[in-house]
Amino acid sequence: MMKQTSATKDLIIMLVFIAAVLTAPIWLTPIGANYPDLLQKFAIYGIFAIGFNILFGLTGYLSFGHAVFLGIGSYAAVWSFKLLTMNILPAILFAVMWSGLFSVILGYISLRRSGIYFSILTLAFAQMSYNLAYSVLTPITNGETGLQLRLADPRYIDNMFTKAVSEGIPSTNLFGIKMSGYSGFYFCAVVLIICFWISLKIFRSPFGLTLSGIKSNQHRMKYTGFNPRPYLLAAFVISGMYAGLAGALLAVTDPLAGAERMQWTASGEVVLMTILGGLGTLIGPVIGAGVIKYFENIFSSIGDQNLFEMLSWLPEGMQSIVAYVISPFVGSGWHLTLGLVFMLIVIFLPGGLVSGFSKLASTFRPKKKTPQPVASTVSNASGTKEGE
Amino acid sequence: MDAIFLQVLNGLDKGGAYALIALGLTLVFGTLGVVNFAHGALFMLGAFCAVSVQSILTISQKVRDESITFFEAYKEIPYLEIWWGETGSIIIDYAVPISIVVAIPVMLLIGLAMERGLIRHFYKRTHAEQILVTFGLAIVVQEIIKANFGANPIPVPAPDIVSGSANIGTWLGMSDTIVYPWWRLIYFVFSLTVIAAVFAFLQLTTFGMVVRAGMRNREMVGLLGIDIQRKFTIVFGLGAVVAGVAGAMYTPMLPPDYHMGMDFLVLSFVVVVVGGMGSLGGAVAAGFLLGLLQSFAAMNEIKSLIPGIDQIIIYLVAVIIILVRPRGLFGREGVMED
Repeated sequence: MMKQTSATKDLIIMLVFIAAVLTAPIWLTPIGANYPDLLQKFAIYGIFAIGFNILFGLTGYLSFGHAVFLGIGSYAAVWSFKLLTMNILPAILFAVMWSGLFSVILGYISLRRSGIYFSILTLAFAQMSYNLAYSVLTPITNGETGLQLRLADPRYIDNMFTKAVSEGIPSTNLFGIKMSGYSGFYFCAVVLIICFWISLKIFRSPFGLTLSGIKSNQHRMKYTGFNPRPYLLAAFVISGMYAGLAGALLAVTDPLAGAERMQWTASGEVVLMTILGGLGTLIGPVIGAGVIKYFENIFSSIGDQNLFEMLSWLPEGMQSIVAYVISPFVGSGWHLTLGLVFMLIVIFLPGGLVSGFSKLASTFRPKKKTPQPVASTVSNASGTKEGE
Repeated sequence: MDAIFLQVLNGLDKGGAYALIALGLTLVFGTLGVVNFAHGALFMLGAFCAVSVQSILTISQKVRDESITFFEAYKEIPYLEIWWGETGSIIIDYAVPISIVVAIPVMLLIGLAMERGLIRHFYKRTHAEQILVTFGLAIVVQEIIKANFGANPIPVPAPDIVSGSANIGTWLGMSDTIVYPWWRLIYFVFSLTVIAAVFAFLQLTTFGMVVRAGMRNREMVGLLGIDIQRKFTIVFGLGAVVAGVAGAMYTPMLPPDYHMGMDFLVLSFVVVVVGGMGSLGGAVAAGFLLGLLQSFAAMNEIKSLIPGIDQIIIYLVAVIIILVRPRGLFGREGVMED
């Protein structure tokens, strides 16, 4: 009986999620976020954060090096475009494969330690990869300029079928459908939905339960006869592959790859997304990714001039005062807002936005049962945001 | 031989900076048990103390440039020069040393405010949450600096008298090709002085004794009727001061920008881990060790042997140390182990 209800609940969550993602261009229009580039970023970083959440949210291992896999994914995808074909499927396949391979190696080493030592190990690996990508690995990564497509690229598979009619660099495509604009977004959206579904399945599976068991008490898990290491490694590799997939999609929508994608601050960003949205929740990371990318693109584009216009409904004197107060927080200062919001969330709302929503919802709802503690948001609260 | 000696010299000043930052970090970690990701931001704030002092000293008046007669030209002369002439320009020249004096009280206040306002609410939270909130704080501090000083590095010159290089080679009777910038030599001596001062403070004063006792067993010291919390707050301030003066003195070698804290943060965490979490001596030793290793790895001979080693040597050492000896070189047992 219990099983049945949770299965239907999952189905509802999936349906709501699918509907919300596919209609995103409609309901994001009022807040000015309906343009394909930004929508693609929402979806891609959503995937990245979902993957990161499988590691950090479920096992509590805080990795500061996940951007490495994002970078590897991008490089692998661009190389696939350069060498094989502009079709995106092989690119994505290669990206996931390579990032999976690297995450097996890095995960195997890093997971020998836990807690802050694990964080420092991943951080060290991230910095190593970043520095190498900038310096010695220039033949592969093209150093500071970043890896770009060229007209003279071989593209062996493409050229086998069509003899080069070269008028510019061909665009990335899925069997002829160009991956730019809204078609790019819808492709990313479909991938996002699949990734979300996999993550849901992982959360509900015995594997996911094992991971949360490792999070709450690793020693006890060991005493009951579990060897946590393989489970942790599996979680690490899965999240690494998610990151690689996200990196590949970044390359799909804009075929170039740079080393700065691997920098540790980029890894910090995905940590921010996950925490902001709600650590260990299903939907939280997607929301966090959306909020941060929205801030990055919309907030940062508010200059002093259009801030003044936006406040034109205020009385004369108030307008300049309010504009003066707000202006450091928008435009190029959007990072400041982000930092403040993030701090407030960590201090007052450790469960992230999702737990905030569910708290809000439970205050308005007639009380049937006591509100569930944050720790169990793994299973509840997931649908709340989409209902907002 | 000469080349090796030169690399040793090159490693010392960088090692000094690493050691100072790691010392403050370890102090905070050892006393409060807080993993402070905003420590790099404190280093950066210290550097911007120097920038502020310089820009305050050089507040200028626009005056007519008399030497150009055929059109109206203006030049800016700092008020200090107008008021005090030669003495004024000497004061401006010594902006960096002066900024040390300014940085000590400022950084102490910032440190105390940070501990009182934010860090103390996070003693009971997990290390991951401490990392996250201080990471957020670091972003905020960094952005405030960026909003006020812009995103570009701001050069802060060392005093004129030490802007050249010292002929260390001739002093020691070695080849006279060994020259070394005065300021970096000063930085090395300075870092040794600060480190010695901190250790003397902890070893020789009653306050230091209480703090050391508190690091060993906080509850016990509390039960003896000592307000250990208050002492630890001051220790946090001390850590901030050490980071701050390290940053202020570093400005002539690296023009500070708002991002420098983050770059040094990662390195200093690596240093702390290599030295051993919670071990002050370990932090200092590891700081110099990694500084030296880095400068040796930058030698052309070694770079041609193992390409790219100069980029990763520090992290590589850290990875090996964590894997082989997770307690670090000098770490005590039972610190951050689970």
